[in-house]
Amino acid sequence: MALAVAGLLLFLLPLAGLVARAPWDQVGPALVAPETATALGLSLFCSVTATAIALVLGIPLALLLARTSGAPRAILRALTTLPMVLPPVVGGVALWLAFGRRGLVGGPLYNAFGIQIPFTTAAAVIAETFVAMPFLVIAVEGGLRALDARYEEAARALGAGGWKVFSRVTLPLVRPAIFSGAVLCWARALGEFGATITFAGNLPGRTQTIPLAVYIALETRPEGAIALSLILLAVSLAILIGMRDRWLGAL
Amino acid sequence: MSMWSCLVSKPLAALVAFYVLAALTGCASRSYCPNECTQQVAPTNLTVFAAASLQPAFDLIAGKVKSQYEITTTFNYAGTQTLTSQLTQGAQADVFASADVAHMTTAQNAGLIAGSSQVFVHNRLEIAVEKSNPKGIHSLADLARPGLTIVLADPSVPAGKYAQQALAKAGVTVHPASLEPQVTGVLSKVAFGEADAGIVYVSDIVTSGKVSGIAIPDSQNVIADYPIAMLSGAQNKTGADAFVKYVLSSQGQAILVGAGFERA
Repeated sequence: MALAVAGLLLFLLPLAGLVARAPWDQVGPALVAPETATALGLSLFCSVTATAIALVLGIPLALLLARTSGAPRAILRALTTLPMVLPPVVGGVALWLAFGRRGLVGGPLYNAFGIQIPFTTAAAVIAETFVAMPFLVIAVEGGLRALDARYEEAARALGAGGWKVFSRVTLPLVRPAIFSGAVLCWARALGEFGATITFAGNLPGRTQTIPLAVYIALETRPEGAIALSLILLAVSLAILIGMRDRWLGAL
Repeated sequence: MSMWSCLVSKPLAALVAFYVLAALTGCASRSYCPNECTQQVAPTNLTVFAAASLQPAFDLIAGKVKSQYEITTTFNYAGTQTLTSQLTQGAQADVFASADVAHMTTAQNAGLIAGSSQVFVHNRLEIAVEKSNPKGIHSLADLARPGLTIVLADPSVPAGKYAQQALAKAGVTVHPASLEPQVTGVLSKVAFGEADAGIVYVSDIVTSGKVSGIAIPDSQNVIADYPIAMLSGAQNKTGADAFVKYVLSSQGQAILVGAGFERA
């Protein structure tokens, strides 16, 4: 119990510090400042898009993970979770080497079509997806493994095809895991800093999400940074609480 | 089953072993003083907060200071604005070397500086381009050419502020792809070939070796003054004094000039 309280305090004290030291008279102006709206809008856009991409790519990946076993699974799983342990800045450099103008994929893309990914909003979305998707994959894989295979077998015995079994039986059964994974993924994407600033750079309106804006503001006007942090905190709390009953059952 | 394995699960035992090992190696790396432990000895550790651009030169200077005074220097290299906010938030350090006078003044006004600060070097701006300059960039005006990816330091960083001043002097408007929170961010983006050009310090280009520098004429350039001072909270005043004196000495100045700075 004492340990639980200590754990909770570790979370709550920094938040309390933020609230206690908040320059409340500056939160209002910071909230209506056009730069805040720009950064907040960009943050929401990038994190939601990253989550959508993670859903499209992550659920099949989770299926693949859940259906393999032994050494291949161990390797696949390690590769999938790598972005979770990699320092995000290193992730950003790795993204350069893959999608930059000189990158494995980005190089041919730039030379053939003149398409340049770094320093674009797309780069911010890619960086967020890279860092956040593992959270979704792990959650969905857990859900799939806990699944009672007999439901799928029964559906198959009754003549349902592969896609039908997946969309009508498997998917509804793991929905709680998908939702909780998506929320975790979105929250991680919203707070992403290191990979974004490395791979996408920092430009207001294009790649400067709230975490980046907070970092820049911290050095010149700390009050503004605290105000911005509070806004991000309030938005994420509101969304997390608003979703708790419907989607977070499995968390 | 032994009592030990009954009481302590395997993972916990591993954890305990890890901490015991860490403590042992930690002890081993700290040199014990066999006889004179009871005597008062001057502290041999020095903490220096220095602007990121000083790293190559200050690392060399720390080596000299170590061999001359047996003082081990620990550095905190970061953007000057980051260092200043860390210091005003109560970070402990002995020496502060800033990339501009403004932040030194902030520290001074906060009562953090012992005595007065001294400008020890100057640094000037240069355009960093990829090696062999494939885009043919020869002046600040070239940075406004369409189709170029330009990266600058954020105006909250001294290097970014100076870059804006230089561009204003040249009457050039550029549309940067990114405003980096550290001048090293500008350098790495040019070095990796993701940006075509950026504005950095001459010293960055000299010590990086991965980019080429295009000189900016004096009429458009901005000369940065780097002040250094001992902090009022210094725990190693002797060491701080020795370090500052070495930086100002002819040997120290020679190292800084070798790293692309200009004598104060």
